[in-house]
Amino acid sequence: MSVIKSSVNTRSDDFKVNAGSMEALVADLREKVAQIKLGGGARYRDRHIERGKLLPRDRIRQLLDVGSPFLELSQFAGWELYEDDGTVAAGGVITGIGRIAGQECMIVANDPTVKGGSYYPITVKKHLRAQEIAWANNLPCVYLVESGGANLPRQEDVFPDRDHFGRIFFNQANMSADGIPQISVVHGSCTAGGAYVPAMSDEAIIVRNQGTIFLGGPPLVKAATGEEVTAEDLGGADVHCRTSGVTDHYAMDDAHALALTRRVVSNLNRVKAPNVAMRDPRDPLYDAREIYGLVPNDPKKPFDVREVIARIVDGSEFDEFKQLYGTTLVCGFAHLYGYPVGIVANNGILFAESAVKGAHFVELCSQRGIPLLFLQNITGFMVGSKYESGGIAKAGAKMVTAVACAKVPRLTLIVGGSHGAGNYSMCGRGYSPRFMWMWPNARISVMGGEQAASVMSTITRDAKDAKGEKWSAEEEAAFRQPILDRYEREGHPYYASARLWDDGIIDPADTRMVLGLGLSASLNAPIEKTTFGVFRM
Amino acid sequence: MFDKVLIANRGEIACRVIRTCKRLGVRTVAVYSEADADAMHVAMADEAYHIGGAAAADSYLRGNAIIEVAEQSGALAIHPGYGFLSENAGFARTCADVGLIFVGPPAKAIEAMGSKSAAKAIMEAAKVPLVPGYHGEDQDDAILAEAAERIGYPVLLKASAGGGGKGMRVVERASAFADALASARRESKAAFGDSHMLVEKYLTRPRHVEVQVFADTHGGCVHLFERDCSIQRRHQKVIEEAPAPGMTPELRRKMGEAAVNAAKAIGYVGAGTVEFLLDEDGSFYFMEMNTRLQVEHPVTEMITGQDLVEWQLRVAEGGHLPLSQDELGVDGHSMEARIYAEDPDRNFLPATGTLRRLRFPVEEPHVRVETGVREGDEVSIYYDPMIAKLVVWGEDRNAAVRLLRQALGEVKIAGLSTNVDFLASVAGHPAFMEGDVTTRFIEQHQAELLPEKGKASARVLALAALHVLVKRGDEARQAAAASADPHSPWAQTDGWRLNDDNHHELYFIDDGEEVCVTVHYRGDGYLLEVPQGEGRAAAELRAAGETDHNGDLLADVDGVRIKAVVSQHADELTIILHGSSHRLAVFDPAMRAAGQEAGTGRLTAPMPGKVVAVMVKEGQKVEQGVQLLVLEAMKMEHTITAPADGTVAAIHFAAGDQVDDGAELLSFEVVEE
Repeated sequence: MSVIKSSVNTRSDDFKVNAGSMEALVADLREKVAQIKLGGGARYRDRHIERGKLLPRDRIRQLLDVGSPFLELSQFAGWELYEDDGTVAAGGVITGIGRIAGQECMIVANDPTVKGGSYYPITVKKHLRAQEIAWANNLPCVYLVESGGANLPRQEDVFPDRDHFGRIFFNQANMSADGIPQISVVHGSCTAGGAYVPAMSDEAIIVRNQGTIFLGGPPLVKAATGEEVTAEDLGGADVHCRTSGVTDHYAMDDAHALALTRRVVSNLNRVKAPNVAMRDPRDPLYDAREIYGLVPNDPKKPFDVREVIARIVDGSEFDEFKQLYGTTLVCGFAHLYGYPVGIVANNGILFAESAVKGAHFVELCSQRGIPLLFLQNITGFMVGSKYESGGIAKAGAKMVTAVACAKVPRLTLIVGGSHGAGNYSMCGRGYSPRFMWMWPNARISVMGGEQAASVMSTITRDAKDAKGEKWSAEEEAAFRQPILDRYEREGHPYYASARLWDDGIIDPADTRMVLGLGLSASLNAPIEKTTFGVFRM
Repeated sequence: MFDKVLIANRGEIACRVIRTCKRLGVRTVAVYSEADADAMHVAMADEAYHIGGAAAADSYLRGNAIIEVAEQSGALAIHPGYGFLSENAGFARTCADVGLIFVGPPAKAIEAMGSKSAAKAIMEAAKVPLVPGYHGEDQDDAILAEAAERIGYPVLLKASAGGGGKGMRVVERASAFADALASARRESKAAFGDSHMLVEKYLTRPRHVEVQVFADTHGGCVHLFERDCSIQRRHQKVIEEAPAPGMTPELRRKMGEAAVNAAKAIGYVGAGTVEFLLDEDGSFYFMEMNTRLQVEHPVTEMITGQDLVEWQLRVAEGGHLPLSQDELGVDGHSMEARIYAEDPDRNFLPATGTLRRLRFPVEEPHVRVETGVREGDEVSIYYDPMIAKLVVWGEDRNAAVRLLRQALGEVKIAGLSTNVDFLASVAGHPAFMEGDVTTRFIEQHQAELLPEKGKASARVLALAALHVLVKRGDEARQAAAASADPHSPWAQTDGWRLNDDNHHELYFIDDGEEVCVTVHYRGDGYLLEVPQGEGRAAAELRAAGETDHNGDLLADVDGVRIKAVVSQHADELTIILHGSSHRLAVFDPAMRAAGQEAGTGRLTAPMPGKVVAVMVKEGQKVEQGVQLLVLEAMKMEHTITAPADGTVAAIHFAAGDQVDDGAELLSFEVVEE
C-alpha cells in the first residue's frame, strides 16, 4: 500500500496558532462534558447516592467489562435546548456502546437525577436513536431503567407522533423479532408506559426495595379505586419475581443487578464474525495530536484532507482511487484497526467529475462489501452556467443515489463545513449513516454564514436598487451581522448535537479510536447486498 | 564404582544423590509411592519402580519391597538418603544378608547409636564428654525426678529413641516435672512406640554444633569440621552454617578429635555426624550421633570442596577415604536455609497445597538449590514439607549472610504458606549477622522475627491492582486473538471514554478488611488511589505494568521499577516482593449481594400441601441453610431452609396444617451486613 507522506510543518507559526485554537475548542468540549456528566446536579446526585443507589454512569461502569471502552453517544443532547428548563443534561438518558462479557451492546441508562429521569422530547429522540443504532448494527440492548415516564407538560412532543414514546416498544418488539436481545434492569420506577420497557424485554432484572413496575402508581390507584398500597407492594421486586412474573431476576442492590445482567449477556450465545478481510493493525505514522495544528482555525482556509487520513488509518497507508481525476474529492482504500475501509473525503468544492468519481467509488465499496467513511468538509457543489449546462446536477444526483443506496456500513465525520448538497452527497444525517460525528471546529448549515449573509444582502441590495434606495456599507454590515450570528450559533456543533443532528462531538485526537469503535460495532451486523436506484446518465 | 545404585528415598535428597551418580556415570534406580508417580526424583532417575501407597509405611519404609526392586533392577547398592530407612539397622542387615551394599554404616553401628542411652554409655567409655544426666534403665517416675533434682533444673527430658524434637520437654522446675514426663512419654510412645526417657542438664545458652565424620573400611577416619545448626524452631534446624561462628582452631581440633573418637568407638563406616551442645564457656557435650548423611551436609561440601555423596559411594565400595585429615581444610563460609511449606504465624504448622509458583535464584557456583519439587507439584500431607534447601558460599561469614539474604529474596513461591519471609528475617537479624546464635535464637527474637502481619502497604496494594489490570488486559488480548474479531478496539482495556477521564474501583480483602483501590486510567498507565496506613489514608501512585515471559509483574510505581511475583488462584492473591510476601483476596462487591440472593424475608409454600414439621421457634436466630419447616406435597417432602442468616420473625402454620400454594409459611428477617 502507498504511504501518505505528510508535509505538515509542526514548527510553523500557522501550525502553532491552529493548534492553540483547537486546544481551546477541545478544552471547552471536555469542560462542558464534565458539566454534563454531573447530571441533575449535586443535590439530586447526593440524594440518589444516599438511597444506596449507583449513579447511572457508575452503573454503566460496573456493567461493562473492566477497562473496556464506552462509546458514548450524543453527550450534548439537550444542551441549552429548552428555553424554560435550560439544559437537560445528556438529554436525561445516557446511551452508548460498550462491551459486556465480550459482547458489544447498546446501553440506554436513564438518569433519574435529571428531572426525575422523565422523558423530554430530546430524551425520546435520543432513546430512539440508540435503538436505531442497535438495530442497524445488530447490538443487544440493555436498558438501565429508572424513569418517571413521559414529561407531562410536554406530552404533545413526547406522546402522539410516530417517533415518540410508543416507538420505543415498537422497536423493542421488532428488534427482539430480529434476534437482537432486549434486556432491562429495573433500578427504579417504571410507571405507565415505562412499565413496558422491562415488560417488552427478553429478560428483566429488578432491584428489591428500589425497582417498581406498574401501569398506574399508588396515587393513581388510590384516585381510581380507593385502594391504598405502597409502591413496593404494588410493583416491587417481590411482586414481579414471585407473583406476577413480569421480571425474571431478583437483585439485592444495583451492583448485584448489574452482575446478574452480565450473566444474562454471557448466555446470549452470539458470535461476532466480521465478514471482511482483516489485517494486522498498525498505528498511523503520525501523531493524531498534529491534527490540531493542521486544521486551519479559519474555516475558509482549505487544508489537505490526506493529512487527516494519514493520522487516522493503519500505518498511514492509503491507496487512492482516481487520484488524478476529480481531485476535489479524495477516494481510496485504507484500514482502520485492521478492518478495510473505503474513504470518501472532501478536498475542495464538488465538481461533476468529483461527484461521478465519488459515485463510482461508493459502487466499488458496495460491490466489495467494504465499509465507507465520509470525511465532510464541503461548502457544496460548484455553481455557474458552465457547470449547470455541464449537468452538475445529474452528476451530484449520481453520487447522492450511490451514497443513499449503499448498504455497507457508512460512517460520517464532519471535519470542517457541512453545507448544502455537499452534506447530502457526503452521507449527512438524512442518509442514515451508522454513526455521525463532528469535530468541535465543524459547522453545519444549509450554506455557510458568509454565503448566506451575502446571498441575502445581494437580494436585499437588488430590491433596494430597484426601488432606487440607497444602502450604505454600514447598513449592509448591520444587516449581515445577525445573519452571521445566527448561522454561527445554529451551525455550531453544540447546537447541532443538542438536537441530535449527529451522534456526538469528538476530540480530533480521538478520531481513530471513535471511528474504529464505530466501524467495529457496525460489523456486528452482516453486510447486506446493495441494489442501486436509477442513475441519471 | 558401582554400575547402578538404588536410591531408597524421595524428594531433594534422592535428587541430590542421583546428581552425583550421574556425574560419576553410575546408573540410578528410583522407587516411588503412589503420590510420587510424577515426582522429580522419578523423572531424574534412569529407571523407577512403584513400591506402594502414599503413606511412608506403605512405600518408602517397605524394606523388602525395596530390596526386591534392587534385585530386579540389578542395582548393587542402596543409598538410603536421610530419614525413612537410613538409620534402620534391620534394613542395613538385610541388605548385607542378600549381598546388597547398604551405603551407610554397618548395622551394629546404627544399633549402637540408635538408643540414646546406650550411645552415651559407649561415649562415656570413649572419653567423649557428655551432658550431665541420667541414662539409666530404671524408668520409675521417682527415679527420674530424683535424677532431675541431682542434675539441677532446668533439665531436658528426651525420648531415648527420639529425634526431631518429638518426646522432648524442657522442665524449668520440679513442680512441672511429672506433667512434662507424662506428656513426653505419650509423645514418644506415639512417635517411636517406646516411652523410654533420658534426663539431661539443660544448657541456657547452648549452641548446636555438630561435626561431620567419615570413616572407611580400612580403619581410616577423618572429620570434615563442624557445622553450627543452632537456629532451630521446635527443635528442628532451620538455618545451618559452616564453620561455626567464633570457632577457634583449638576448639575445632578438640571437637573434631572427640567426634573421630566417637566414630571409632563404634566401628563406624561412612558418613556420620556427631552432635554436640556447645556451652558459652567452650565446653561441649555429646548429644547424639546420626549415622547417615545429614540434611545440612551441603554446607560442609561448600567449605571443603568435597562431594560427600561421592565419598559415601567410594567408601561403600570398599575404597579408601579420598583425603586424609591433613589434606582437608576450611575455605570460606557456607550457609543453608531450609525452605518449608509451613505457616510461621501459626507456630510453624506444616502447610500443604500446590506450588502454583516456584522460582529459585539462578544456580551458580556460590548458590546451590537442592530441591525435589517443581512448579505445579503438590506438597502433600504424606511427607516432610521441605520444599528446598538454599545453600550459599561466601569468602567469609558476612559475605555468606549477604548472599543468603539476596538468594532468599529471589525465592518466589505461591500457592501455599512458606517460611521464606521468616528465613529472610532471621538472615537479616542483627544478632544473626553478628553470629550471636544459640538454639533459643528464634524463641528469644520471636517478636522481631515474627512481627504481627501488618496491613498491606500502599505499594503492595498498588501491585495487586496492577496485577488485576494487567491480567485483565492479557485475558482480553488472548480472548480477542482467539476470536473472529482479533484486532477490535473494543478489546482494549485502557478504560477509554469519549471526551472524559475514566476510573474503576477494585476491591481487595486485606487482613479481613475491605479496601478499595481507585484506578484512574491515564494514557501511559494508571493513577492509583491507594489506601495506606492504619487509618488507610489515600496515597496517589502513578503506576504502569506488564507481564514478562516468566509471568512476573514488571511494575513501575511512582517511578520505581519493581519486579514482583503476583500469583493468583481463584480470588487469592500472593504478592511476593524481594524478601516479603503478602496475601490478599480480590473482592467483587456484587458478590456480597449475591450471597444474600433469595434472602428476601418471605418464605412461601411452593405448592399446596401439608406442614409436617416445624423445626424452629419464633424469634429464633438461625444460620443460612438451617431447616425451618417441612412441607409434604404430592407425596414428597419439601424442606424450607433459611435463605440467609437471620431471625424467624413469625411462624404462620403448625404441623398438620394444610397450606395453599404461595401461602407465606414464615416471616424471616435477614441479618443485613
